Amino acid sequence: MSTVSVRDVTVAFEAVQVFDGLSLDIQEGEFIVLLGPSGCGKSTLLNAIAGLLDVAEGQIWINGKNVTWEEPKDRGIAMVFQSYALYPRMNVRENMSFGLKMAKTPKPEIEKRVARAAELLQITPLLDRRPDQLSGGQRQRVAIGRALVRDAAVFLFDEPLSNLDAKLRNELRVEIKRLHARLGKTTMVYVTHDQIEAMTLADRIVVMKEQKIQQIGTPDEIYHRPANLFVAGFVGSPQMNFIKGRIENTGEGLSFLAGNRRLTLSGYPFITAPSSGQDVVLGVRPEHLEISSTGIWPGFTVDIVEPMGADTVIWCSDAVGSVQVRTSGSRRPTPGESMTLHVDPAQVSLFAADSGERL
Amino acid sequence: MSLAVPQGRRPRHLTVGRIGIYALLVTAALFFMLPLWIMVVTSLKPMEEIRLGNILALPAAMTFEAWTKAWSSACTGLECNGISVGFWNSVRILIPSVILSIMAGAINGYALSFWRVKGANVMFGVLLLGAFIPYQVFLYPLVRMFSLSGIYNSLTCIVLVHVIFGLPTMTLLFRNYYAGLPIELFKAARIDGGGFWSIFFRVILPMSTPILVVATILQVTGIWNDFIFGLTFAGRENLPMTVQLNNIVNSTQGERAYNVDMAATMLAALVPLVVYFVSGRWFVRGIAAGAVKG
Repeated sequence: MSTVSVRDVTVAFEAVQVFDGLSLDIQEGEFIVLLGPSGCGKSTLLNAIAGLLDVAEGQIWINGKNVTWEEPKDRGIAMVFQSYALYPRMNVRENMSFGLKMAKTPKPEIEKRVARAAELLQITPLLDRRPDQLSGGQRQRVAIGRALVRDAAVFLFDEPLSNLDAKLRNELRVEIKRLHARLGKTTMVYVTHDQIEAMTLADRIVVMKEQKIQQIGTPDEIYHRPANLFVAGFVGSPQMNFIKGRIENTGEGLSFLAGNRRLTLSGYPFITAPSSGQDVVLGVRPEHLEISSTGIWPGFTVDIVEPMGADTVIWCSDAVGSVQVRTSGSRRPTPGESMTLHVDPAQVSLFAADSGERL
Repeated sequence: MSLAVPQGRRPRHLTVGRIGIYALLVTAALFFMLPLWIMVVTSLKPMEEIRLGNILALPAAMTFEAWTKAWSSACTGLECNGISVGFWNSVRILIPSVILSIMAGAINGYALSFWRVKGANVMFGVLLLGAFIPYQVFLYPLVRMFSLSGIYNSLTCIVLVHVIFGLPTMTLLFRNYYAGLPIELFKAARIDGGGFWSIFFRVILPMSTPILVVATILQVTGIWNDFIFGLTFAGRENLPMTVQLNNIVNSTQGERAYNVDMAATMLAALVPLVVYFVSGRWFVRGIAAGAVKG
């Protein structure tokens, strides 16, 4: 049974309709990340699930109950926001107990739950402080704590780490993952535009663009078998190399051809078989381009070398165009050097040039 | 002469230009203080001294007689109870008017900026339009309406008028302030189960101190200084201080008691003055507190 189910939902903003019948099923205990560029509708979807936004059509089910017309507080959800949204005139304890007070929970029970959540997030010493006396990381911890005391079945996160600096973001990311593991059966829906957060946290990622779901899959599926050019380009840094070319049928089967770059596609798992002569885009992740003297694509010249510590990104080009190669950090070729690249057909992605869909 | 090595704080020199600026500022300040000076010294002089005509001179025989007379025994028309009657009338009008108009404005602004009521923008537009129509246009229709409903010439009537006419500005003020608060705060409160009133009183209002101070300053000075509404709607029993002041100044028989007039005027101006002096500090503090991110 799924905890959260979005069925054919359309949201209307004044005259503009978004989503146009979007559906999504989330399993119990699952960590789902909604990933996409700004304006793709991921926050809108989250707000619709939370009940902060009325849907124009369709239904929203949470925990086997149709909550389409329910108030946010009656949906069994808790939410954490990007700007923390702590009540500035209340101290941490009051912030965390506000929801329970509104629900007329008995005092001892409130104290128990606040104490437990504070313990879990290690904010017990901060309970009597006001939000403006806390650092960004502490504020977000309190915001998570405020969500935690509600004992909700579903947690909604709206870009919770985007306001934090890189170091804190990493720390809290791990902490959220740990929290999810510890809470066991709690479902989490997490909105972000940060692909690292998506890859590291998610059980399944939902990639969105222009109010449409582009692909739903595990981080591995999203990364290694992107469903279309958009997903391929959006996930992964440095970006996947896209090489425009066409399919040719030689005697031994199909192969990809772009200028003098040729790749036999015998080991490639086609979803739909292309026809000979079809225009396609070949997608290769920078780490799947290997520098090897016995490689199949010779004639590259090194343009720029970007040392990144753990690995080095090399920009090199031939007559067809430029590609990025990710190689080990110890490797430092000099610009102007010539090199030969090797590609494994099992690790590439092939997209139709016209529709952008995976072949 | 050895040139100093540039290091540390750059030295500030008093240049001719700067002296000129200060001189100008001091002169301007003195010039604008002149009327106040004349009022204060005149109110402290006996009439014989005023007749000499040295209006800038300090009083030779200082006396508070004019002040006591203005407060308790100056004549407003036929009655001679001073301006104190008007003062207390004004206070009775002021307190409910300020509280009610600010609350109405705050609730309006809160509903308009957070609850996204259908037609909120049209509603707000109409309300604002009301702020641009001259008051005089409303006077006669309002008088007719109030006398039909039987509350004309009463305290309720004048308070109601102040609340109605305060609504556009107060709503605008609060709506704009609330538009600057993060909407996520409101969303969080809704998830936490707050309703319309509990979110307003427990979350939004405690964050409104700066704008409440601003609104209070505006309303206190505005309502205290009002003349035409008080004259038209308050009724003879509740005439505010401004109307009484006018009566004192205009109804003097024979010799004009300048010292009493000045003292009465100072008394009438006291409340707005106190508000500015007391709130000046609050004002700045309030604006600074508003900058703290939630």
